[in-house]
Parts: sequence; C-alpha cells; structure tokens
Amino acid sequence: MPAKIISKDMLSENVFSLVFDAKQIALKRKPGQFVVIRIHEQGERIPLTIADADAIKGTITLIFQVVGKSTALLAEMLPGQEILDLVGPLGKPTHIENFGTVACIGGGVGIAPVFPITQGMKAAGNHVISIIGSRTKDLLILEDEMKAVSDELIVSTDDGSYGYHGFVSQALENNYLLLGKHIDTVVTIGPVSMMRAVCDVTRKYNIPTVVSLNSIMVDATGMCGACRVSVGGKTKFVCVDGPEFDGHLVDFKELIDRQHIYLDQEKESYDHFCSCRSGR
Amino acid sequence: MDMKERMNIQRQPMPEQDAKARSRNFDEVPLGYTPQAAITEANRCIQCKTKPCIEGCPVEIDIPGFINLISNGDFTGAARKIKETNALPAICGRVCPQETQCEEKCVRGKKGDSVAIGRLERFVADFERSQGSISIPEIASSTGKKVAVVGSGPAGLTVAGDLVKLGHDVTIFEALHIPGGVLVYGIPEFRLPKAIVAAEIDYLKKLGVKVLTSHVIGRIFTVDDLFNDGFHAVFLGTGAGLPTFMNIPGENLNGVYSANEYLTRSNLMKAYLFPEYDTPIVKGKKVAVIGGGNVAMDAARTAMRLGAEKVYLIYRRSRVEMPARIEEIHHAEEEGIELHLLTTPIRYIGNEKGWVVGMECQQMELGEPDDSGRRRPVPKKGSEYTMEVDTVVVAVGTGANPLVQSTTPGLNTNKWGYIIADEETGQTSRKGVYAGGDIVTGAATVILAMGVGRKAAKAIHEYIMSL
Ligand SMILES: Cc1cc2nc3c(=O)[nH]c(=O)nc-3n(C[C@H](O)[C@H](O)[C@H](O)COP(=O)(O)OP(=O)(O)OC[C@H]3O[C@@H](n4cnc5c(N)ncnc54)[C@H](O)[C@@H]3O)c2cc1C
Ligand SMILES: Cc1cc2nc3c(=O)[nH]c(=O)nc-3n(C[C@H](O)[C@H](O)[C@H](O)COP(=O)(O)OP(=O)(O)OC[C@H]3O[C@@H](n4cnc5c(N)ncnc54)[C@H](O)[C@@H]3O)c2cc1C
Ligand code: SF4
Ligand code: FES
Repeated sequence: MPAKIISKDMLSENVFSLVFDAKQIALKRKPGQFVVIRIHEQGERIPLTIADADAIKGTITLIFQVVGKSTALLAEMLPGQEILDLVGPLGKPTHIENFGTVACIGGGVGIAPVFPITQGMKAAGNHVISIIGSRTKDLLILEDEMKAVSDELIVSTDDGSYGYHGFVSQALENNYLLLGKHIDTVVTIGPVSMMRAVCDVTRKYNIPTVVSLNSIMVDATGMCGACRVSVGGKTKFVCVDGPEFDGHLVDFKELIDRQHIYLDQEKESYDHFCSCRSGR
Repeated sequence: MDMKERMNIQRQPMPEQDAKARSRNFDEVPLGYTPQAAITEANRCIQCKTKPCIEGCPVEIDIPGFINLISNGDFTGAARKIKETNALPAICGRVCPQETQCEEKCVRGKKGDSVAIGRLERFVADFERSQGSISIPEIASSTGKKVAVVGSGPAGLTVAGDLVKLGHDVTIFEALHIPGGVLVYGIPEFRLPKAIVAAEIDYLKKLGVKVLTSHVIGRIFTVDDLFNDGFHAVFLGTGAGLPTFMNIPGENLNGVYSANEYLTRSNLMKAYLFPEYDTPIVKGKKVAVIGGGNVAMDAARTAMRLGAEKVYLIYRRSRVEMPARIEEIHHAEEEGIELHLLTTPIRYIGNEKGWVVGMECQQMELGEPDDSGRRRPVPKKGSEYTMEVDTVVVAVGTGANPLVQSTTPGLNTNKWGYIIADEETGQTSRKGVYAGGDIVTGAATVILAMGVGRKAAKAIHEYIMSL
C-alpha cells in the first residue's frame, strides 16, 4: 500500500527524518517496532524503526541515515510524494515496565530508535538516564528530544568535539558504574560494534542489557530467515522473535559477517544509481 | 472419429525451450500447444462413461466435457466449462501434479500414455486470456455481509472469488506487497509466469474483491480487530511459510539460504534482474541445494539460471522416493543439475569472513520403512567426505508461521502449530473463523488448497447467511 510523505527534515549531514501519513500504523505501533518500506517498483524492502508517531494526526516518523542506494533514494523524496509500499508495525514491542533506573543508550542514527523506548520507559515511571553519542558534534541527532524524556542526559562524541570525549560505553562505565551508581537495566541501539562494547561493560556489572539488532531482512514476517542471528546458541529470526534480544547472549561476530553478505552488490547498486543520476 | 482412430493417435509432445538455452534464462520452459495439437490431443479422449479422470481431480472438473469442447474447436467454451469448478486453470494447468491425479486415473494410461489433460487445461486457459474473452460472471445482489480473507495464496483467492460471486463484501489482507502467495514468491517465473497470476488477481478485483497488500494480520490487526471492525467471518489461508533448517553446524554462514529466501529474492524481488532491480542475491558458482521436492528443484534450476557452473542436488533417499514431480526432475537433469542421492550434509565449513566454502556430507543407505511408508535413510559409517561449495540452499520443508495463531485466543492448533479445522467446512475452534490450505494441512499443493477453499467458501456462506 502506498504511503505519502507529509514532511521532511535534515537532522545532520546524511540523516533525514520523514513523516508519513499512516493512520493505522500510528494507532497500533508500540516502542521498539519497525516498518518495512519499498520505494518504487524496482525497489528492495528495507526495515526502518518507527522513531515517533502521532496517533491523532495519523502520522509516523522514520529517521534514517544514507548508507546505500535505497536510503539515498529515500533522502531525495519530497513532501507530497508517495513511496510504493509501507508495512507495519512489525517486530515485538520493547518490554517496558517500571524497572527502577534504566539507561537508554543510543549511538549515531541508533538514537532514533532509542527515542520512543526512552519515552516509554519514562512514562512507565522509571528514572531514565540517557547516553547518546556520535562520531562528532555535527552528526548528533535528537539531543533536545531525548533531553525532554530523560531524567539525566549525557552526550558523548568520539572526537571530543562535544560533551564526554569517548564512546557511550565508556561514558556509562566511567560516569555511573565505576562510581557505584546503580542501574537496573540497559537498552542500547546503535552500530553493532557499539552495542557489543556496551554489552562488554554491562556484563562485568551483571546488568541486564537489551539490544535491538539490525540484520538484513526481506519479508520481515518470519518467512525467509534472512534475518537470522544466534542468541544463546539458538537461531532466532530478528523480524519476529526480535528485534530486541538479551545482548549478553548475541553472537555479534556472526551478525556483523551477515550484514556484509551483499557488500559488493550494494556498492554496484549504489554506483549504478550514482552514474544514472549524473548521466541525466 | 471412431474408437480405433482415436486409439491410434499418439500423445502430442509439448514444445519446449531448448535445455541449454533455457538453463540461462527465466522464460517459461514449455511453450504450449498449438490449436491443432490441442485438437489432436483432445481427440485421444475416448469419452469414457465412467469418467475415472474426474475422480482423480480434487475439484472434480468435468474433464471429458471440456475435452469434447476442444475437439469441437470451442476453446472458449472449454475454458468456461473448467471455470465452473476451477477458477485458476492457467495456473493449475501448469503446476498441478496431473500424473498422480487425473492423468493417473485416465483409462488410456492403462495401455500407453494417458490423455494430456493438464496441457489441454493450460491451452484453453491461455487461449481465453489471449483472446481477451474473459467473461465476468453474474454477481448476486449484495448481502451486506463482510468477509475477511487472510493470505492471498490459492486457498484465499478461491474463497474470495466464490464469496464475492455470492454477493458478499470480501477483503483480502496480504502481508507481502504483491498478492498470490507461493504463486508469486515461491514458484519461479520459468514455471509460472507472474503475469498469469497478476491476471487472475485482476479478475478477482473486477469481481469486486478488495485486496489490501502490506497488511500483516496479527500485527496491524488481530483476528478480533477484524470482527470488531464489522467483518462477519474470517478465513485464514496463511500458508506454511516458515522455513525449516536442519540444525547442523554452519547453517548461519554467509551464502547459506533457506529456499524461501532464495526464491523470494529471485521471484518476488526479481533479484535475477539486479542491478535494474535493487534486491541482491548471491550468484554462486558451485551451488548445493538440499532436498528432493518441488521446492528443491525450483531452487536448483534458479541457481543454474543465475549463472552457476555446478548445481548439486543433495537428497538423502533414492530417486524413487523423491517427492518432486517426475517432469521437474527430468527438466532439472536436462538443464545440467547433478543429483547426489543417498547423501546428506552434516556440517557447513566457513572461512574467516563467515562465508561458506564447503560442506561435509555423509552417504546414506535405505533401511526399514518409516511413518511415511518410505524407506528410512540411515547413515553409512565412515562415508563422510567434503565438497567445495560457495552457496547452499536448504529446501527441507516448511512449517506453520505462528503470527496469527499466537494472537488469536481460542484458536486451536496441533502439535506442529498448524490450525485445526474441519475437513469438510474449514471451521476452526473459533466461531466465524475458518481456515484452509497449507496452514491446515502442512505444505501440500495448489489444487488441494483451492479445493478446501471452495468448501470453506460454501460453509462461510451458510454461516453468514444464518446470522
Ligand atoms: C529492525 C531494523 C530497524 C532499522 N531501523 C533503522 C532506522 O531507524 N534508521 C536507519 O537509518 N536504519 C535502520 N535500519 C537499517 C536500514 O534498514 C539499512 O540502513 C538500510 O536497509 C540500508 O539500505 P541501502 O540500500 O541504503 O544500503 P545498502 O547499500 O543496501 O546497505 C548498506 C548496509 O545496510 C544493511 N542492509 C542492506 N539491506 C538491508 C535490508 N534489506 N534490511 C536490513 N539491513 C539492510 C547492510 O548491513 C548493508 O551492508 C534498521 C534495520 C533493521 C533490521
Ligand atoms: C517453491 C515451491 C514450489 C511449489 N510447486 C508446486 C507445484 O508445482 N504444484 C503444486 O500444486 N504445488 C506446489 N507448491 C505448493 C503450493 O504452492 C502450496 O501448497 C500452495 O500455494 C498453498 O496455498 P495456500 O493458499 O495455503 O498458501 P500460500 O500460497 O502459502 O499463501 C499464503 C499467503 O498468506 C500470506 N500470509 C501469511 N501470513 C499472513 C498474515 N499474518 N497476514 C496476512 N497475510 C499472511 C503469505 O504472505 C502468502 O501470500 C510449491 C510450493 C513452493 C514453496
Ligand atoms: S479417463 Fe481419459 S479417456 Fe476417459 S474421459 Fe477421462 S480423459 Fe477421457
Ligand atoms: S526477514 Fe524474512 S524471516 Fe525475518
């Protein structure tokens, strides 16, 4: 089913936010869920987290980083235009309850999916500590939005251009755990290497840690198995069993390898796209 | 024409694309009968009084009836005759296992070759479509009753078609972006051109069926939501789409696919046209396909068409136990696919980047018959050996996707997760909820799914009219 773009925003150099008209999804979605989109007839199906939704206006917000052909194409679209297919909400919602103190940790474009979870955790009565990070200051997104739904917010940049100098995992350890501050549970979303680093820290302190995995998907209904990951030695399908799992049990090496299956073809596709564009 | 003349006619061969050429393209393999060949073949039918062929047909097509019309040159009439009981003849004529159904029962098969019923069915359906002479049947006046059909495979399409003709307001909810179920995502273009499936769906739309793609029931709406939204009955035709793996080491290596993923990428997403289409697929040089059914054949033949140098089909029993249609095995072998029978993989070997580079196999021998009546394969000790492969497609069966069952309280399932439904009516343990096709029987055939769809439509009609 086609879906119309209502508005568009550029959040950083290559991160965009699009608001879509999607009444039913806006009503149904819960934090942690995602949609799959297909832009045009020749397009592939790509998953994107529902970063926000307005049930009254009947809209959902998707925030994405341009990494290849499909996201580049999406970034070119303008308000008023339609994408060919939008399906959702998909995946299991985040388990939200009053845990006590929750740390919500997002890195890069992963801050976008952390946002609705943070919102949910706060609404459930948790004391919410948010730690968000990016490579450099200019790439940081959603700082104000995250601040509004957190009790404490720490910003980190890899290059020290803003906030804490270092990775979010280090900010968590040095500012909280090493100081003996208690955290009941951690939710973290971002690049796989970042989630793995956070899990390495929280494992030492025995803090339950939920990660949201971004494996390659096709149907996202449990039909193909493209999205499979090993969790505690068992094969799981991210699209229906997840996307969230116990981070201490995830085989991150396998996930990274599987994300690279189509590297050559993705490059070919992107180059094909760029040469078509410049040819015109 | 007298009996003797009829008996003397030879079965008309099906013209086909040359094996070498077709193993590198995705165009349809059989080219179809000419009108003359169809009439000649139809004349082979001796119009038996007892009509045993009809007993072999799960939807009881009036087979001698339509064949007689072909003999008389009335191809459109023949198509209409079939459509009295089978709404999808262009599809069934291509994918039904006639050799174990109608053609197996045909008296002419007792001595020599049976009448080529499937090829004739295909011919008249194609003729009708090419003439643009598809007629819209009369639709009963509106009953004001609403029916939701979940899944647009052959079961769902049949239910929708039958109920809309009875005047009901029918909406199909389909999870994927194109309707058709396995007909579009599983069975390859070279066996079933997607334009044919699209034409059938268009026909249903013309009859008034609403098709909502990209709607995953159990997520966007539950079955209870559908009732709350005013639907009077719900039919579940969600198929058996859950891929099965063998749980052997290395199955998550890069380059190891489920058949569902491999075929979905190629068919539904048209990865064979990459980079014109955006979805990629691994184009292996040495491809192993594990399994011996139609799905395995489709995957192996797809691998060949994607440019493989070697395609090995690895099956743990012997040729006679292979569940695939004989015609498909024959086609596969003609196209250069190597069968490795009485063989099973026991682990996949990966390189440091996580890519499959080989597999360890074990040879099997046949022991005592198992529950399915086929002789059980038992491993031969010390027979392990390794093969070099860069792509593996696992086609060892599918299971029930739990999405709908787990979100529908009170819907009973069996121990494998399939929905329990009455064989005659499709009635489930939930009032107003019917089910049929692969989600009830486990992976079966197009025509069986259509057959139960037909029965369920009748039961649903009676139920909603009694409300
Ligand atoms: C549940 C889930 C939620 C996600 N949410 C977001 C989000 O909110 N914002 C965001 O920017 N990104 C998100 N992603 C990642 C996003 O789907 C990929 O960035 C996108 O598919 C890249 O497509 P491309 O054609 O632009 O790039 P490509 O050049 O095709 O690929 C670049 C990389 O993206 C990944 N990728 C490629 N195709 C797919 C696919 N079909 N499915 C999943 N990953 C793929 C691969 O790791 C690949 O190496 C999410 C992924 C998942 C699984
Ligand atoms: C590769 C392959 C080759 C085959 N070859 C043959 C052949 O040659 N001859 C033959 O007779 N049979 C063949 N079969 C078997 C045949 O295709 C199936 O038995 C038949 O399609 C079953 O029909 P169905 O309507 O029950 O389900 P399906 O065709 O599986 O359709 C189910 C539909 O429901 C949708 N769905 C699932 N869950 C949901 C949900 N929660 N919400 C909304 N929609 C949902 C799915 O996306 C799908 O479109 C083959 C099967 C495969 C996989
Ligand atoms: S059994 Fe064969 S010969 Fe007899 S009516 Fe049927 S198709 Fe004709
Ligand atoms: S994406 Fe196909 S099963 Fe998860």
